[in-house]
Amino acid sequence: MTILLEVENLSVSYGRVEAVRDVSLEVGTGRIASVIGANGAGKTTLLAAIMGLLPCRGRIMFDGQDIGRVPAEERVALGMSLVPEQRDLFGSMTVLENLELGSFRRGRAEISERLESVFALFPRLRERRGQDAGTLSGGERQMLAMGRALMARPRLLMLDEPSLGLAPLIVRDIMRTIDELRGSGVSVLLVEQNARAALQIADTGLVMELGEATVRGPAADLIADPRISELYLGRAVEVR
Amino acid sequence: MDSTIALFLIQDGVINGAIYALLAVALVLVFAVTRVILVPQGDFVTFGGLSLAALEAGRTPGAIWLLVMLAAAAAVMDAFVAAREGDVGKAVRLLLRNLLPALLIAAAVHLLAPLRLGMAVNVLLVIAITVPIGPYLYRVAFQPLADASVLVLLIAAVGVHLALTALGLVLFGAEGYRTAPVISGSFEIGPFFVSAQSLLVLAATLILLAALALFFGRTLIGKALRASAINRRGARLVGIPTMLSGRIAFAMAAAIGVVSAVLIAPLTTLYYDSGFIIGLKGFVAAIIGGLAAYPPAVAAAMAVGLLESFSSFWASAFKEAIVFAAIVPVLLWRSLTTQHADEEE
Ligand SMILES: Nc1ncnc2c1ncn2[C@@H]1O[C@H](COP(=O)(O)OP(=O)(O)OP(=O)(O)O)[C@@H](O)[C@H]1O
Ligand SMILES: [Mg+2]
Repeated sequence: MTILLEVENLSVSYGRVEAVRDVSLEVGTGRIASVIGANGAGKTTLLAAIMGLLPCRGRIMFDGQDIGRVPAEERVALGMSLVPEQRDLFGSMTVLENLELGSFRRGRAEISERLESVFALFPRLRERRGQDAGTLSGGERQMLAMGRALMARPRLLMLDEPSLGLAPLIVRDIMRTIDELRGSGVSVLLVEQNARAALQIADTGLVMELGEATVRGPAADLIADPRISELYLGRAVEVR
Repeated sequence: MDSTIALFLIQDGVINGAIYALLAVALVLVFAVTRVILVPQGDFVTFGGLSLAALEAGRTPGAIWLLVMLAAAAAVMDAFVAAREGDVGKAVRLLLRNLLPALLIAAAVHLLAPLRLGMAVNVLLVIAITVPIGPYLYRVAFQPLADASVLVLLIAAVGVHLALTALGLVLFGAEGYRTAPVISGSFEIGPFFVSAQSLLVLAATLILLAALALFFGRTLIGKALRASAINRRGARLVGIPTMLSGRIAFAMAAAIGVVSAVLIAPLTTLYYDSGFIIGLKGFVAAIIGGLAAYPPAVAAAMAVGLLESFSSFWASAFKEAIVFAAIVPVLLWRSLTTQHADEEE
């Protein structure tokens, strides 16, 4: 297996607060790596720094190239895509325009072909293509954010909580979609609160606590670890 | 006032309104993409108009020096950034890429100016001088502030305007100029007595507005500019370089300024400092339109033009005051009716 993304000793600070400290991770080609952790553990910060949206210390290698100095928009051209926690859709533009812009770095020629494959993945988007992105439902927005990222034909897709606020059935669909992407050779770095689902489709897992990577290993081992199971996978929460 | 006078005032107002519409559209465009309130938009008009007048007289327009100076500053800044990254080859490349086109344009203008090659060539030369000034200005004055607040950007814009006005005095002198009309002659349409130049103003404005609508609605680059305006981080995440958007927006603003200049220079005498008052009227229209959308800005520009021409009839001493005072009730009404949208980021 070849390594597509290799992060070494990454640290990110907001002012004097260090939100990510010395985190190392790697994602193999065609593999899924899941990052789990409590709220505020630094997961979103980690993804933003890998994408180049935040200044950071440490080393980020993509496909054997040190991309530390490469700005975010050029990382897109290299084959990295991030679906951010806030989605950052273009609200007053149509679904179709959002998707077209997704392949901005690929040019006109590829748009129609990419559109077909995204519509095949998310048929709902085809129905809604003339609608403004700002008027979509939460789940549709999620689909559009993923679809827009896929329009760039990324080699590494980074997803920040793709199941946020979705009904369980749709979560299953989204997870299945991510699993299918792996089949087409895309590598995935997945951040999820839905830890069990995230580890089930992942090859490797990483647990973050207070900005540090505390546990890492094959996803199956993490699921089997009683401590992790206790803290992150949870049993059905009782609500009275 | 009888109906003939009213019709005359309306015609006058519509012509001026069309010019203000161009300015307002440029302001909205630049603000949406870069959050810069482009106070120097009127300076593009004076620099364009005065350059055209100079070329008509067979003189080399002083604006080429501004172009070369800005290009040199941009070249040094780009090269410095690259050199700090330790990439000397890139530094040299950026130096040349910024400087060479400006030098070529300046040389071409200097050689061609004495030949008086006619209106069409003159307009092309003015475009070649003025349009690149836009992106160079962005690189030098605004790109380093890309993450600053709207207020800081506004202060920078005022500074740029003051600097350009002072340079205008040095480069063009204190004398005013008026150019020959692009087309001459006039017709009678019913009770109207219409000059061909006024019809040209109207037609050119409409064509430009239509072209802009097509550009933003149909082309991928146009959509990318809209996207940068809606969500800057989202735009970066699909690979649209923010700086490129800024440079394109400024180039378009400068181009719109040149069009306004060609249209207005035969109708009013331009001085080195006329830019402010012209730009301010476009600004009033853009603000009334909320600095956000093109159609309201165009409508407001027409209203400003009409208000100006009627107040020049009734109270000509106060016409500027009346136009600028019109902004007050609009701002009041806006602040009462709009909910405060959270500023993004
Ligand atoms: N812009 C910022 N300025 C200052 N502190 C920040 C900023 N963004 C995040 N933080 C802090 O950094 C820490 C990590 O935040 P981050 O958003 O990365 O967590 P997370 O793991 O994604 O959490 P969640 O699961 O809730 O999304 C938090 O303590 C947060 O308060
Ligand atoms: Mg988060």
